[in-house]
Amino acid sequence: MEKQWYTISVYSENNVGLLNRISGIFLKRHINIESLNVSKSEIENVSKFTIVIYSTEDWARKIVGQIEKQIEVIKAYYHTDDETIYQESALFKIASDLLFDERQIQNIIKDSNSQIVTVARDFFVLAKTGRRHEIDEMHDALEPYGIMQFVRSGRIAVTKATMPITNILAEFQNQ
Amino acid sequence: METLKAQKVKNEKQAAIRISGAEAIIHCLLAEGVDLIYGYPGGAIMPVYDELYKFQDKLTHILTRHEQGATHAAQGYARVSGKVGVAMATSGPGATNLVTGLADAQIDSTPMVCITGQVPRHLLGSDAFQETDIVGISTPVTKWNYQVTKASEIPEIMAKAFYIARSGRPGPVLVDITKNAQFDELDFVYEKCTGVRSYKPIPKPDQNSLKQAAELINNAKRPYIVFGQGIILGEAEDELKALVEKAGIPAAWTILGLSGMDTSHPLNVGMVGMHGNYGPNVLTNECDVLIAIGMRFDDRVTGSLDTYAKQAKVVHFEIDPAEINKNVKADVAVLGNAKETLGLLLPLINKNEHTAWRTEFDKKYQIEYDTVIKKDITPTKDGLTMGEVIEQINIASEHKAVIVTDVGQHQMIACRYAKFKQTKSNITSGGLGTMGFALPAAIGAKMGAMEREVVAIIGDGGYQMTIQELGVIFQHNVPVKIVVLNNDHLGMVRQWQELFFESRYASTVMTNPDFVKIAEGYHIQSRRVTERSELQDAVTEMIASKNPYFLEVRVEKEDNVFPMIPSGASVSDIRLK
Repeated sequence: MEKQWYTISVYSENNVGLLNRISGIFLKRHINIESLNVSKSEIENVSKFTIVIYSTEDWARKIVGQIEKQIEVIKAYYHTDDETIYQESALFKIASDLLFDERQIQNIIKDSNSQIVTVARDFFVLAKTGRRHEIDEMHDALEPYGIMQFVRSGRIAVTKATMPITNILAEFQNQ
Repeated sequence: METLKAQKVKNEKQAAIRISGAEAIIHCLLAEGVDLIYGYPGGAIMPVYDELYKFQDKLTHILTRHEQGATHAAQGYARVSGKVGVAMATSGPGATNLVTGLADAQIDSTPMVCITGQVPRHLLGSDAFQETDIVGISTPVTKWNYQVTKASEIPEIMAKAFYIARSGRPGPVLVDITKNAQFDELDFVYEKCTGVRSYKPIPKPDQNSLKQAAELINNAKRPYIVFGQGIILGEAEDELKALVEKAGIPAAWTILGLSGMDTSHPLNVGMVGMHGNYGPNVLTNECDVLIAIGMRFDDRVTGSLDTYAKQAKVVHFEIDPAEINKNVKADVAVLGNAKETLGLLLPLINKNEHTAWRTEFDKKYQIEYDTVIKKDITPTKDGLTMGEVIEQINIASEHKAVIVTDVGQHQMIACRYAKFKQTKSNITSGGLGTMGFALPAAIGAKMGAMEREVVAIIGDGGYQMTIQELGVIFQHNVPVKIVVLNNDHLGMVRQWQELFFESRYASTVMTNPDFVKIAEGYHIQSRRVTERSELQDAVTEMIASKNPYFLEVRVEKEDNVFPMIPSGASVSDIRLK
């Protein structure tokens, strides 16, 4: 079966050990977690894990089943890239003198639609939100000038279709 | 009326009492109906043991000789009684010694709660004496686990632990309790847990899939049922029998399903899997509708998945949604508790006989009887066989005993030949294949069903892994019957070495001690059988005994278990020799 990118969304109670439990399921099948993000969700007191893997659909489905089985997991879903709106964020720390000495840097900032977060005497920080390839392109463009620090976040995603979780959670709220 | 109702609620609601966390743990256990626990004390669990001392008239604690023994005893107790087994240990090595039992209970869906002591909260993460991250370690092998660091958490967490362990597809739960939480006081009120919002233990059966299942079954020419432990855990034995009889469907079992249906029932056709019966394996690939009930298509059951029941429509009755389409694709999946789903299915099923199809099983049985079974249970060669020992136990115990087995050749032989009239009677380590399981599990099984005969059948290898539990049998005079089938080898591994590694017997030959003398050292009545002529008398004497009894039978050293599906082969390619 063909492998592709899947975004797994896990709605759960906020529990200390749950990340360990979930990551163990990927570990057992030797599936690399390409990106992981944990945040609150649209529902009060419900956490959301957003996990990106490269796998077959069969395995994505089985993994979601095994995740959902965990006591504190309310519901888990998997989606292809086409089914989601997704973004990543990145921060670039760059030496300040480049901002003034290298005209090209300013073009990169403009072309990439990134923001200057802060400017200090020695460095400035650029923030970029977008698809993975856009961040990679910006990284490649800046690299020849020297990047002091670089970090990229995990993917965050929402689905185009309604998440059926909403109904389940509505039931919870009434309990 | 209103006031009366309000009054009633008020009365039912316990008044809070101010007690220590350690005492609260005892009250939680009592509230959950626990009267027996297995365990081993140590520094970080001492406050709880101090309370156990005070409550010993209400709650019996059995000191096993190793924490692993405590888990297997709790498992044996749970499997035979249907109740939650409880094991307790201290932090560090005490806790890590529970891991094998947890893993075994997890893969075999056994309800168990393990309580471990932990270093005080302020020392967590400091590599304190006997500190180990047991919550981290046990995560992959528990249904749920939790570390309690405040006394006030105890009632809620204990209630949740028991609820999760026993509900839905059962499993093991570990509660780790820091020492400060045992010493500190709390206002104790106990409320049983009735639900966890993120956890749906039993899926609701879907009418549509039930109808589809019934239609497939009613139209089938060669329907075939394979059932697993879901029948026993779901207490669906009567519903299964009713279905089998109404629709005239031959039914086979996985080793964990064994005893879920009377072994002498004409429609009980035997065991599936690697060392299962010939017909049930071969005919898996000739049926037109395969009805799997409460089983998970383990690789030891299916052999090669590429050639497993490809011709058949598969109907899967299962409580755990994650098992659907995990190994074998289901054409129709019916989620739910087997008792409920089979109950709903029954009225939709037409009466049928399937006489011609059933004779296929009889024919295959005859082939297996002539080539394998006859030689196993009524041998004419000199050496004693494991099969004839099981047959003698069947006769002496009149098919009424609980049979507890370890892992290996003796286990396969016992599961193949032991006869059962009653459910919850076959206690074995199936999924994990834990050598050393049987002796402590037999202790738990006996204590969970004192009125029943409990016979542990163990190989000489596995016996020595938990032999120290003879101490429990001696100290508490637990009247279990222990049969060691001694072939001076790790028999199953030796069999594989003979068949697949050109008889290179790497580390499978054992020089054994005098097992009879060891049992005598524990003051357990014991006997050794080396000749066929003594076997019947010895087994009869053993079963008649009201006390613990140890019987060593010296069996043929290099016998093999057949039939056998070589690892990764098709069920159709099962070997008879």
